[in-house]
Amino acid sequence: MPYTLTVSPDFTPDHLSGWYIFNTWLQKTTGEAIHLEIFNSFLAQHEAIQDDEIDLIFANPFDAAMLVREKGFLPLVMAQGRSDEAVIAVSSDSPIIDVTELLPGCRVAVTEDPDVRLMGMIMLEPADLATDNVQTHVCDSYVLVAKQLLRGDADVGIFLAEAYDGLSNIIKKQLKMLVRSQIDVIHHALMVGPRLVDRRDELRNTLLAMNNDEKGQDILKNLRFDAWNSVEDADMEFMIDLMDTLNT
Amino acid sequence: MIYDMKPEQVIGDYKEVRLDLFGGISRVCLYTEIETPYPDGKLIVSTTDNSGVITHVNKSFVEMSGYTEDELLNAPHSILRHPDMPPAAFKDLWDTISAGKKWQGYVKNLRKDGGYYWVKATVIPNVRNGVVVGYTSVRRKPSRSKVEACIKLYPTLF
Ligand SMILES: Cc1cc2nc3c(=O)[nH]c(=O)nc-3n(C[C@H](O)[C@H](O)[C@H](O)COP(=O)(O)O)c2cc1C
Repeated sequence: MPYTLTVSPDFTPDHLSGWYIFNTWLQKTTGEAIHLEIFNSFLAQHEAIQDDEIDLIFANPFDAAMLVREKGFLPLVMAQGRSDEAVIAVSSDSPIIDVTELLPGCRVAVTEDPDVRLMGMIMLEPADLATDNVQTHVCDSYVLVAKQLLRGDADVGIFLAEAYDGLSNIIKKQLKMLVRSQIDVIHHALMVGPRLVDRRDELRNTLLAMNNDEKGQDILKNLRFDAWNSVEDADMEFMIDLMDTLNT
Repeated sequence: MIYDMKPEQVIGDYKEVRLDLFGGISRVCLYTEIETPYPDGKLIVSTTDNSGVITHVNKSFVEMSGYTEDELLNAPHSILRHPDMPPAAFKDLWDTISAGKKWQGYVKNLRKDGGYYWVKATVIPNVRNGVVVGYTSVRRKPSRSKVEACIKLYPTLF
């Protein structure tokens, strides 16, 4: 039976071709049949994890605790220099210039991306805003979050910083960034499940060496980073504890 | 280690008080009315061993406290203890985390230069293989209204 690789559904479709190429490389390098399964929602992905259908996952930090504590996953690597950060932005027409001017009842546009949503809501707390006193508009993508702001359908938006940076200049010009997080220690991680855990060291070494040759470098470029960095068990436990403190 | 605060490290007019800290430590604190605002978008992170001695700090911790990383590591976490914080708050913190639970509260912290900064802190036990090996605290920017409420409440708790 082939193994199954999946990536957190918070990636935009244009990232996905990079993951298909990566998976082809991974199969060739490991000599294993690995199927890349893309879920279009966190819910669908969680169901597959619960049913033990996943062997490798580029996981959202929000899911790390569940993967480690309940499903026996262990960390392999993270994308170098890629911490998950959130941006709070409003329309450039908005009179708001500081988060603390936002009022309870305001409309907050978000995506389903759980860690970004969590970090974003923490950055709204100084205005006494919380999930129970704002109107949350869940959008399918960060471009749609931006559009809600431009159309005046939402008062404030929560973005993955990388997605915000990737918006077109035309859109960005019509937005105003209020805060950008600098948390540094929360990041996605590639994790290995129980069926493949025996090969953890081999997998990790293969991934860490990926940027040593041109072919590997090209594949990484398609994933939009330069190298993998090792994530040790202690690093993962630290991040899980951090997420736990934020998730309150 | 924790040392008495010295006038030459303090910026601005200060008051002086001697605090009795856990473990028989007594410290002269010099404190001013100068507030350093919490930086937007940052988290201040530290971990301690089981007795509250600092084992890790992040960059934001160093920046906000005014101490160097070397001064912070191996010092008791009460190095940040501000005289305006009621002992009951820290008793509640220790009672809660010793019971294996998560504690959350608003804390006024004392900087090396005698100034202060308010945080919303969450402290959790670090459980490894079923054993508590230390504690992690993550602070975020507090809302002004919550801080105002604490400024009224805390003096009544002494
Ligand atoms: C992880 C952790 C973080 C803490 N952070 C602070 C802090 O930021 N400021 C503070 O005054 N006390 C903090 N404390 C509580 C101190 O350990 C100490 O109880 C407090 O400063 C009062 O001093 P005392 O217990 O010696 O009387 C923290 C404790 C733990 C376990």
